[in-house]
Amino acid sequence: MADEPLVLGIETSCDETGVGIVRGTTLLADAVASSVNDHARFGGVVPEIASRAHLEAMVPTIQRALDTAGVKAADLDGIAVTAGPGLAGALLVGVSAAKAYAWALDKPLYGVNHLASHICVDQLEHGRLPSPTMALLVSGGHSSLLLSEDITSDVRPLGATIDDAAGEAFDKVARVLGLGFPGGPVVDRTAREGDRKAIAFPRGLSGRNDPAYDFSFSGLKTAVARWVEAKRRAGEEVPIADVAASFQEAVTDVLTRKAVKACKDNGVDHLMIGGGVAANSRLREMAQQRCDRAGIRLRVPRPGLCTDNGAMVAALGSEMVWRDRTPSAFDLSADSSLPVTEVHVPHPDFHGQAYAALTGGTE
Amino acid sequence: MCVPGQHARAISRSAQRRSNLDPVLLLAFDTATPAVTAAVHDGTAVLAETHQVDARRHGELLLPAIDRVLRAAGVDKHRLTGIAVGVGPGPYTGLRVGLVTAAALGHALGLPVHGVCTLDAIAHQARAEGLAGQPFTVATDARRKEVYWACYDADGRRTEGPGVDRPAELTPQPRSVGAGALLYPEAFPGAHGPEHVSAGALAAFAAAELAAGRELLPNVPLYLRRPDAQVPAGYKAVLPA
Ligand SMILES: [Zn+2]
Repeated sequence: MADEPLVLGIETSCDETGVGIVRGTTLLADAVASSVNDHARFGGVVPEIASRAHLEAMVPTIQRALDTAGVKAADLDGIAVTAGPGLAGALLVGVSAAKAYAWALDKPLYGVNHLASHICVDQLEHGRLPSPTMALLVSGGHSSLLLSEDITSDVRPLGATIDDAAGEAFDKVARVLGLGFPGGPVVDRTAREGDRKAIAFPRGLSGRNDPAYDFSFSGLKTAVARWVEAKRRAGEEVPIADVAASFQEAVTDVLTRKAVKACKDNGVDHLMIGGGVAANSRLREMAQQRCDRAGIRLRVPRPGLCTDNGAMVAALGSEMVWRDRTPSAFDLSADSSLPVTEVHVPHPDFHGQAYAALTGGTE
Repeated sequence: MCVPGQHARAISRSAQRRSNLDPVLLLAFDTATPAVTAAVHDGTAVLAETHQVDARRHGELLLPAIDRVLRAAGVDKHRLTGIAVGVGPGPYTGLRVGLVTAAALGHALGLPVHGVCTLDAIAHQARAEGLAGQPFTVATDARRKEVYWACYDADGRRTEGPGVDRPAELTPQPRSVGAGALLYPEAFPGAHGPEHVSAGALAAFAAAELAAGRELLPNVPLYLRRPDAQVPAGYKAVLPA
């Protein structure tokens, strides 16, 4: 529909410079410039390398998104940007750019939460989110169970990892197995050749008295490293595919079991899974089976929309405009530890300013 | 001069309305020192300038400062003819705020972005404040017990630098300016102000260079150091040695 909000979204919380353009719940462009290859030899994202890459990629990626969408910047109804959480220096590049575009083009600015954006992106794939929606967010930076009544204003954390994010465990295990960085896709591929029941790796925080919705992947990651090292010290060959499959099984088992339990306990009949790890084929398969059995509707965006991207920020920004949420101020901060409950960062005195502009401003 | 692609195509129409007959109206800003400074310059004089010193809040302060300085100068952003931005050297996180803002504004408003070495702008200001006719060194704080520095001759031409070094390893000119010189008085005897860069001086320097037909720098940061390849905590090895 032509009267739905046309919003450009900028995402720079980690190593992807993402610029998306969305009209309502329709994706028009999703341009991404990734610096992932520059980080590979360090086995993880190097913040300074990511920040430098964001600066270089920003304007060309914006232009590419506008070209792909075939829209004029003047026609935009708003500029949205990830205000946090994420790498501080990386976020700052995107936030500064978003402010400059919003100010130069006279468009409202929306500083939004990265995690809420991961949830909202599914609207581009499966239409508007039902209320309430349960969301399982799993990536290299976060592992959380979130309950959302309204994606523009009400996201409540039910549980989160108490140590490593799920994606970090994939990276670590890939390194132990000599499979390279990033670990997610390569462990997924390798696991297809393996026996997922070959090794009984531990399921963290799955005891009777453990917190029902929290996760822990540090113990699992260490258990895999110890198991592999023991094999090597004994001079035995490491069954790489079996280790990958058994490790992946342990991660997805815990994630899906807790997510389905959270849905049942809270009477929620929709589960959304997002974040880079949601691209994992075994996670998608197991989640589908368990949701089918529990009578829960599963919503998982296609893998390209699960990883960090600008489209998800644009999707949430568009929803902000649609629901008439208060824009952000031009002194908006990049907040590396923005709480998940702060879905966006509204102007602290927007109505006061608007009033002042009406009464004291020129015509 | 600009980086290809950064102003190749305007995404708004303002660029097409200008011609060579229009007056010069430069928006200048710099975030390479603890100061967040912005100014508007009409080719002859500074129309307005704003200056706040807060090394940790460049991101919050810059865009409001730009908005404020244009209002103070009574200049509509669509009448600007160019942007001059300090490209460092300076601490990276703050420096990038200025550069990405310049790139985005240039793109959105269809304006050329001219890079200026921040030390050159400080040198321009120092000469205006009385150092003309003698050689001097500009030094700013590079943290980690180092300074960003450059040397200038009696005519104000940069003869050495920019570089980043420990103060004790330098042989500065008899006169020095900048916060880096003030911070290490043993290495920079006779150090004095200006402490940080002023966007008014940066604008004046850029306007003079452009008027003389000289090219300025591309809108690319003068980092001078390679990135720290330290991966964040959480990626550390857990395997016992
Ligand atoms: Zn993410």
